Amino acid sequence: MDLLEYQGKQLFARHGVPVPSGRPAETVDEAVAAADAIGYPCVVKAQVQIGGRGKLGGIKVADGRDEARQHADAILGMDIRGLRVHEVWIEEASQIEAEYYASVVFDRSAKAPLIMLSTKGGMDIEQVAEEDPGAIASLHVDPLLGFQEFHGRWLAFEAGVDGDLVRPLTGMLAKLYETFVAEDAMLIEVNPLIVTPERELRALDAKVTLDGNALYRHPDNAALRNPSAEDPQEQMAKERGLIYVKLDGDIGILGNGAGLVMSTLDVVAQAGGRPANFLDAGGGSKADAIVAAVEVILSDEKVKAVLFNIFGGITRCDEVAKGLIEAFEQVKPQVPFVVRLDGTNDEEGRRLLADAQLPNLVVEATMLEAAERVVALAASPTLQAR
Amino acid sequence: MSILVDRETRLCVAGITGREGTFHALNNKRYGTNVVSGVTPGKAGQQVEGIPVFNSFRQAVEETDANAAMVFVPARFAADSILEAAEAGIRTIIAITEGIPAHDELRVSTHLSRLDEVRLIGPNCPGVLSPGKANVGIIPADFFKEGNVGVVSRSGTLTYQIGNELAQAGFGNSSIVGIGGDPVPGLSFIDVLELFEADAETKLVVMSGEIGGSAEEEAAEYIADNVSKPVVAYIAGFTAPPGKTMGHAGAIVSGSKGTAAAKAEALEAAGVRVGRTPTEVSEIVIEILDG
Repeated sequence: MDLLEYQGKQLFARHGVPVPSGRPAETVDEAVAAADAIGYPCVVKAQVQIGGRGKLGGIKVADGRDEARQHADAILGMDIRGLRVHEVWIEEASQIEAEYYASVVFDRSAKAPLIMLSTKGGMDIEQVAEEDPGAIASLHVDPLLGFQEFHGRWLAFEAGVDGDLVRPLTGMLAKLYETFVAEDAMLIEVNPLIVTPERELRALDAKVTLDGNALYRHPDNAALRNPSAEDPQEQMAKERGLIYVKLDGDIGILGNGAGLVMSTLDVVAQAGGRPANFLDAGGGSKADAIVAAVEVILSDEKVKAVLFNIFGGITRCDEVAKGLIEAFEQVKPQVPFVVRLDGTNDEEGRRLLADAQLPNLVVEATMLEAAERVVALAASPTLQAR
Repeated sequence: MSILVDRETRLCVAGITGREGTFHALNNKRYGTNVVSGVTPGKAGQQVEGIPVFNSFRQAVEETDANAAMVFVPARFAADSILEAAEAGIRTIIAITEGIPAHDELRVSTHLSRLDEVRLIGPNCPGVLSPGKANVGIIPADFFKEGNVGVVSRSGTLTYQIGNELAQAGFGNSSIVGIGGDPVPGLSFIDVLELFEADAETKLVVMSGEIGGSAEEEAAEYIADNVSKPVVAYIAGFTAPPGKTMGHAGAIVSGSKGTAAAKAEALEAAGVRVGRTPTEVSEIVIEILDG
């Protein structure tokens, strides 16, 4: 789960990481009130998870109330690379003497948290890594030992931080690491981490990704919302307990098991089709889950045909068939369905489907044949499945 | 021969009194797996169709000589259960549970790596099946028979898909190992490849990977230097967009890292043949073993 900048900063503040003061706002009036409370000059920042939003007009400095209103009005509702701005963050303007970079990353391959520090902040760190890899100091922390002060000193000296900042920076890294562990984060990135003319350190931006599997122990984080990132179909699927990812094609996909669904998307693409979604109905799918899944898939108006690819292990094919028959009764789909059922109780499942004589539904024997068929059906909507 | 589980396996199931735990423990027992005990705190003295239940792994090991554990408890208790099994001296731990927090997995994995020879399979995996010998987990064993193809996979259903195509062509398996779809799996592709390389029965290994992380790239490097048996690979997720988690917590392309194309390329550079579809994988296997 990715947080918005201000949500990340509020998380930082809870763990003592210094951040500029600010307030979120969803309307122009709220934004002006927030700006008045913070004082001028202040910064109006679009809350969308996209790099380079400043260059795209999503960050503006306001010297007074009129400007604050003008900027908030322009930014709220703005479209930044396909993401609509639902909220702005009004923040006190900061004086910047230097821009650093700091991050804590869940390094899967090393099986340890990785801390990175650089004095070349303010730009894309991947670009720094490419052009000047020596400018980034990094080290892994033993997850059972945790962050130690010597880690911070080593990073600061290695990165070439000014001597007077080594100690405060070590303290800040310790707090970022604490945030990373305490909040079950997968990523914490501060870019830029600024040095003010008073030689104080502040997180001027915050990029935080939390582990969705750990949200049960962080109810406050679980309640955080990011309306701009939530697609209506994804929202609907989440409410029904389905694992759904919206894609941009026109062939609806349902399978059981993440790997098989990914593979199905690939095979459909190889057959020349464009998948509309990823939907993992999961292990042991019961009939009502299938009905819910069909509703979610068909709520995407772009869908011209649907492919069911099931290999039953825990999932029983007769349950899937029953769900499909139920879904046809309730939803009455207007697009063709192609179904491939293999595995546990597959013969029973195919027999149920044959007996039900569902309109515009065809059963194929293999994954490949099913993919080719659904692509053909999506390409010529007038073609009937049977 | 086979790897990880066989006729010597004496299995203790954590969460055996839960609905899923009971169902699969009995399923494994029916297949012929020697399920010797179960653990559910507070339910010592009960039996699940004749299998004795204990309060702790320590008791279960003392009373029933269990040498393998299957963890079937809910996500918030699973890390604890894995650590408890290891503490009791069990050296093969198969964790089926899905949804364990990544930081918990990290602590578990770091601790286990410091113990002597503990093998954790999973979590969030379908388990291990050695056809004709033992089945530990949720793999539908009926689709597979004894043979000489080893399979290692990050995905359960995809394993069944590939295994089924091989079975229809007349090929069986030495062992099928699901390493799971989480960010910090226990055994990696490399660990399992090493076991298959040393297993006399295994003639060829099918490795099924997916987007996210760098385990496939690392395996490619390992294969080039250490594996003499033919390896055929499949990678799922060529069409997955960056930044979206595709069902498995570990299946996410971040930026240019972890893409299916990069993984396939690394494997091919290491001399591994990569099938573009599960069907093509089985065709390549048939070609190698028949030829």
